[in-house]
Amino acid sequence: METSPSQSYLNSHTSPKWTGGFMSWFMSTDHKRIGVMYAVAMFSFFFVAVLLGFVMKLQKMYPASSGWEIIPVELYGSFFTLHAIIMIFLFIVPGAPAVLGNFFLPLQIGAKDVAFPRVNLLSFWLYLLGAIMAVVGILLGGADTGWTFTPPYSINTKTISIFGVVFDSISWMLTAAFILGWGTILTGINFIVTIHRMRAKGMGYFKMPLFTWSIYATSWLQVLATPVVGITLLMIVIERIMPVGFFDPSKGGDPILFQHLFWIYSHPAVYIMILPSMGLVSEIIPTNSQKPIFGYKSIAIASCSIAGVGYLLWAHHMFTTGMSDFAAILFSFLTFFVAIPTAIKTFNWTATLYKGSITLTPAMLFALAFIFNFSIGGLTGMFLGSLSTDIHLHDTAFVVAHFHYTMFGGAAFGLIGGVFHYFPKMFGKMYSMKWAKAAFAFMFIGFNALYFPMLVLGYYGMPRRYHTYPDMPIFNDLQMASTLGSWILVTGVIMVFGVWIHALIKGKQTTEINPWNSSTLEWQTATPPTLFNFEEDVEITRDPYDYEAFRGEVKAGTSAGAKNV
Amino acid sequence: MSDITHPIEHHRDDEGTRLGFWLFLYTELFLFAAFFLVYSVYRSSHLEDFKLAAESLNTGIGTVNTIILLTSSLTMVLSLDALKKGSVKLAKTLLLVTFALGMAFLVIKGFEWSAKFEHHLFLQTAKGIAAGHGSPLLTPGSEMLPVGQVLFFGLYFIMTGTHALHIIIGAIWMLIVFFWMSKGSVNQDNHGVLERCGLYWHLVDVIWIFLFPLYYLVA
Repeated sequence: METSPSQSYLNSHTSPKWTGGFMSWFMSTDHKRIGVMYAVAMFSFFFVAVLLGFVMKLQKMYPASSGWEIIPVELYGSFFTLHAIIMIFLFIVPGAPAVLGNFFLPLQIGAKDVAFPRVNLLSFWLYLLGAIMAVVGILLGGADTGWTFTPPYSINTKTISIFGVVFDSISWMLTAAFILGWGTILTGINFIVTIHRMRAKGMGYFKMPLFTWSIYATSWLQVLATPVVGITLLMIVIERIMPVGFFDPSKGGDPILFQHLFWIYSHPAVYIMILPSMGLVSEIIPTNSQKPIFGYKSIAIASCSIAGVGYLLWAHHMFTTGMSDFAAILFSFLTFFVAIPTAIKTFNWTATLYKGSITLTPAMLFALAFIFNFSIGGLTGMFLGSLSTDIHLHDTAFVVAHFHYTMFGGAAFGLIGGVFHYFPKMFGKMYSMKWAKAAFAFMFIGFNALYFPMLVLGYYGMPRRYHTYPDMPIFNDLQMASTLGSWILVTGVIMVFGVWIHALIKGKQTTEINPWNSSTLEWQTATPPTLFNFEEDVEITRDPYDYEAFRGEVKAGTSAGAKNV
Repeated sequence: MSDITHPIEHHRDDEGTRLGFWLFLYTELFLFAAFFLVYSVYRSSHLEDFKLAAESLNTGIGTVNTIILLTSSLTMVLSLDALKKGSVKLAKTLLLVTFALGMAFLVIKGFEWSAKFEHHLFLQTAKGIAAGHGSPLLTPGSEMLPVGQVLFFGLYFIMTGTHALHIIIGAIWMLIVFFWMSKGSVNQDNHGVLERCGLYWHLVDVIWIFLFPLYYLVA
């Protein structure tokens, strides 16, 4: 058989041993296949967690006095823990870097693959191993500690025994999180080295597309922060199985110390979640405005400064733990400070729209919704970052609504928009625009109907993690609105999956290399990409978002953005 | 499907690999940094107990182990140097010496640990009962060690234990590299693996350089 690398990655393999079926994917070191595998696994987990959230909202439809009970209170505790563990550790933290970063980072910088393809596959296997361990822990016992595993409860809460065998589901889930963490770290190292060493000829740092920049900043955070939480979670495991005191006050430990160590990772982790989606928005908006992005350098630098400052403000999660006033003021100040680069980005995206030639593709709709939702999420974050209002709003539904506005309305909307943007390039199939837009409408309306009432509920004192509430008109109405919103949102999510699956099975085959007329490098190669991404080595001659030059290239018929050498 | 297979192109980028490995070492260092942070917090809050507990550690044994580990780092560097100069046999011998020194460290550590177990400082107590229950180190009349000392010994065992785990990983890695050197796949031209194994070993050494004074010397 001819060995030409010019065939689609869907039909060519990296290993002569595994050339068919499941194993040709599972053993593949091709970054594109790994990205697709992550997508399948992650979106499956995402859907399960959405359903858990749906049941929790259903439980809150009527107040306690009405006798309405879908799930008992203990199960509710397990549900929100599982919802969070799946959403955070299995979906949004690996998130956009694992799916679209894997697939498009090498394409955006003109490389054949990531720097360490085999390590990349190892990361995926670690992800799967961690996911399986977490699922086993969930099925055999579960946990109701919340995803933060805060001691001393997480240390002292009992283990269950199944057929006389003691099964410590919490230790299982903690170990799973540790393994998932190593998967993330290895991905981060891989991407950093890829960006440093494998950029195409002529691609200086400030000629990289902005998604690559955001992946770069994210990767540093992954490498800098994840080891700390990894070992901290293991300390809880050690404390559960051995008579050692790290965080249990009865053995001399300090539970507040755990919270510091936990948030030293878990606050940067929220930027691990959001930065890649910001990068996707920075790709979608100039493409669909047919205009260079406003303030390219400031967005690139803002990504890095968000990563830098984001590392230093973990203790704003702990204002109510009785830390010193000085520390509280410092962390509050830094929290406000990190809003600056974030606001710069938002400003730049809207400025890019100005006088642009805007096409409202499904991806663009999700990107615009990202700006809207994330602005609400970011500004409500300011409420929580200022010391006095935080005392009132701490541990209320306001906090839940705030981080869903950033994580779901922001990060997940950005990721879904990114998948819509890149779908034709990834699979060579086109989805139904009409249904995709309808799915967006359901998601956007449902999302806001679900979470905006929760902001108000929190303001009126509805605590988070409670499985019911007293019979009061303000609570009843808003909870009902929120539950109805969840129905619309879940419909939207199901529609999104429906559109994707339908497109994969019955979608129109397309080989059009650049359906949205994008100027960045990843679009200037075959659809779907070939195994080695580019037929020949590429050389970069212009800025990534130089649409004038791009239109000239299209007119002249030269391969846009990249000159063959 | 008309499937076509392309064996992975062995794109070799020594500098990129080195960068990646240094980043990995950094994460290992941060893993221990969290332990050191916990240590320093509890040292400052239970200073007297930490001092008392540290006195029961055997400084002599600790010193011997430090010397062993430092020597092993030296033999590691010499091994890499020998390989770079092309004397594979010398490199292999020196790598085995490094391995043996690592094992010696573990054996001594094992004796030290079992002495501690005999003093009821760890693990042998039933789960849930704090360490030190019935220990001969107790002041007469008290049921258990003060919490500060419990914290000290807990940290001591977990930190030196994690360190020992890294010694074991490094030692296994050395055996693998030794095997590759015998096969000839690691040689004068392609010595990156030995270099990385050496870097890992030095990291383990550096961590011990911090563990040793914090547990044995600052009593």
